[in-house]
Amino acid sequence: MSGTTLPSGDRPVFYETEEHAHPEGASTMLGFWIYLMSDCLIFACLFATYAVLGGSYAGGPGPRDLFELPLVALNTTMLLLSSITYGFAMLVMDKGRVGATQLWLAITGLFGLAFLSIELTEFANLIHEGATPQRSAFLSSFFTLVGTHGLHVTFGIVWLVTLMAQVARHGLIAANRRRLMCLSLFWHFLDVIWIGVFTFVYLLGVLR
Amino acid sequence: MDSTDLAKLVFGRLSWESLPVHEPIVMGTFVAVAIGGIALLVAITRFSLWGYLWREWFTTVDHKRIGIMYMILGLIMLLRGFSDAIMMRAQQAIAFNGSEGYLPAHHYDQIFTAHGVIMIFFVAMPLVTGLMNYIVPLQIGARDVSFPFLNNFSFWMTAAGAVLVMMSLFVGEFARTGWLAYPPLSGIAYSPDVGVDYYIWSLQVAGVGTLLSGVNLIATIVKMRAPGMSMMRMPVFTWTALCTNVLIVAAFPVLTAVLALLSLDRYLGTAFFTNDFGGNPMMYVNLIWIWGHPEVYILILPAFGIFSEVTSTFSGKRLFGYTSMVYATVVITILSYLVWLHHFFTMGSGASVNSFFGITTMVISIPTGAKMFNWLFTMYRGRIRFELPMMWTIAFMLTFVVGGMTGVLLAVPPADFVLHNSLFLVAHFHNVIIGGVLFGLFAGINYWFPKAFGFRLDPVWGKRSFWCWVVGFWAAFMPLYILGLMGVTRRMRVFDDPSLQIWFVIAALGAVLIALGIACMLIQFYVSVRDREKLRDVSGDPWNGRTLEWSTSSPPPDYNFAFTPVIHDGDAWADMKRRGYERPTEGFRPIHMPSNTGAGIVLAGLSAATAFGLIWYMWWLAAVGFVGLLAVAIGHTFNYKRDFHVPAEEVERVEGRRTALLAGRS
Repeated sequence: MSGTTLPSGDRPVFYETEEHAHPEGASTMLGFWIYLMSDCLIFACLFATYAVLGGSYAGGPGPRDLFELPLVALNTTMLLLSSITYGFAMLVMDKGRVGATQLWLAITGLFGLAFLSIELTEFANLIHEGATPQRSAFLSSFFTLVGTHGLHVTFGIVWLVTLMAQVARHGLIAANRRRLMCLSLFWHFLDVIWIGVFTFVYLLGVLR
Repeated sequence: MDSTDLAKLVFGRLSWESLPVHEPIVMGTFVAVAIGGIALLVAITRFSLWGYLWREWFTTVDHKRIGIMYMILGLIMLLRGFSDAIMMRAQQAIAFNGSEGYLPAHHYDQIFTAHGVIMIFFVAMPLVTGLMNYIVPLQIGARDVSFPFLNNFSFWMTAAGAVLVMMSLFVGEFARTGWLAYPPLSGIAYSPDVGVDYYIWSLQVAGVGTLLSGVNLIATIVKMRAPGMSMMRMPVFTWTALCTNVLIVAAFPVLTAVLALLSLDRYLGTAFFTNDFGGNPMMYVNLIWIWGHPEVYILILPAFGIFSEVTSTFSGKRLFGYTSMVYATVVITILSYLVWLHHFFTMGSGASVNSFFGITTMVISIPTGAKMFNWLFTMYRGRIRFELPMMWTIAFMLTFVVGGMTGVLLAVPPADFVLHNSLFLVAHFHNVIIGGVLFGLFAGINYWFPKAFGFRLDPVWGKRSFWCWVVGFWAAFMPLYILGLMGVTRRMRVFDDPSLQIWFVIAALGAVLIALGIACMLIQFYVSVRDREKLRDVSGDPWNGRTLEWSTSSPPPDYNFAFTPVIHDGDAWADMKRRGYERPTEGFRPIHMPSNTGAGIVLAGLSAATAFGLIWYMWWLAAVGFVGLLAVAIGHTFNYKRDFHVPAEEVERVEGRRTALLAGRS
């Protein structure tokens, strides 16, 4: 290319003269989704660890001795229902109905709490029977995988309560809608992880 | 409850015995650091700089300032990491013929662990992240990153991790396990002290920062490119930054998970990596290398990007084979996940598994070789200017090729059985990390320094530093290749065979040369600041650059670009210059910018406090720190006013000043 300058009439536009209103938080959903994928990798590691160590009972109890499927089924139902109710919350949010959104969020939180209480009951029973995380590598990896999921649900509930306070304060403004969308992604993501836990840990564990 | 119980409750494991009062070397260092630190604090107070530092730097969300803070952190930690290195070289050079050297075993073991951890996590990572932070938004024509507050928080988390590592030098001790802390050695049975806990928590705290900055930069590159900049028009450095951050997001969660499992073993007595109760230590080794191998590509890819920018700029040509360069980068990104097992061929996975990983490892040399040829062909028939960045690039090409070839050698499983755990390996990875990453970073620092500060780095001291570093590197590591081939294993403190000594002495002399290189570099910084008027560049484009960052003033204004640039070609700035771009001088609009916040530094401080409590079993501190962390994080989300507009008059004033400067020059 020669170093000559083109006549100014043909010169292309090299900058925009107007400021575009950059929608705030345009990258938020992408960024949060990437974060969720990184979280997913943490679960992937825990699943892999369970896959490797899940058969190392060290002479202790195995899944068939320990898991109570009816309790786990109840647990799973609670979590799946909470996902549905979160979906309802998002639907009424789109219609801009603050009261109904809050109501569905509260119901979601209660289902989440029910899930956690059942999980903690299960853990308490296991520990009471002597099946502690220290007993074998199988139990270490079981408690860590399921417990990490439970911790996520706990933080999800804390987040949910925070968002309810913020919605109560500012209504369904754009920032709050975006936050509710992020929590929605998070909540459904935990559901997907739980389906993995339910299948690979509990169902296959009892079959094993 | 008597007083010892109370002391245990309050201080956990921490007691007067935790302070190294009986170790003269550590004590001397401590006194020197304390005096230096107090002098610094007094100086800041004396010149009343606290307010300035807090408002303009600590709470800043400007990607450029955060980038500079990362660079400062990395350079300071380089001094610490290098002190460890030269202590090891001195120990190994004298510990012959019955001499025990001067370092007791438990101290020496901490030093080689700390050296590795610091150089990777707190030197290379901050320097790489700092350059990406500074340059990427400028190269894509953006005004900041996607999540400016998160960026500030990420930096402070990295800094908090570095503080914890430094603290371990004087309060308690660091791990004595080697830089990856393999169990069962790092388990509670064999490492009951605080060393491994310092290791775990400093990496966990810093890891949060690294992961979030990875998410941030991916979102920035994907979402914030100027109009017209398609993916295949992005500068190569931005491409490598994108790939590196994808690797960060895909690799660091694995480190987080595996360290969490190790801490469960240590704190709760679980049985993941223990020898008993069904634990499996090899699970740890696999997981940590699934993070660890991508990690080395996280470091080298941005360096490749720097070399690409430098070669093209200083040859005055478009980069040869841009497309193949991009594809090579992407292929390396993917392949870096398929080779982790080559770090433990001797584990006994069998011939088939070892062959697979040996072949995938060798395959990586193909895209890397393609890159090397692209750089060479860029230089071919170019008008090469031998400025410092270009000198570092050429030194890299010569050095890195040797490191690459020894890498392919180690990728052959039978050869690895002989060379595993030997000094040959140590020489190999220093060859690629110093000759690749560090030389790249030095090229980048010399290349972009005038952009960040408005004046060039002094070339005379820069060249002195260059020659000391390069010659020092060769003198320090070639003997290790030889020793490794003779079968000398790594991490040894004393030696029986006196015939080996000469090689260790040569290596130590090499380390002294590198020390001179570092000293020259520090003098280079000092001299450049002193002579800044002489080295001043008002054009904003001192090297006749080709990418967008050179279209701004040096240093760029807070908002980077008064008007969003429109891109028509790769090497956008070269294209604009060629086609007679004229800088706009009127019609400015108010610019929307994020506001500063102190939440990041507070959160990082609370994380460090929590980690300190966990390390020393001060449970109350851990609990208070954690609750504080939650409270501040939630409190921060209640702040909805996070941005402001730079008024058009302010933009006009800033741009007017630059117009006057440019006019004065011509």
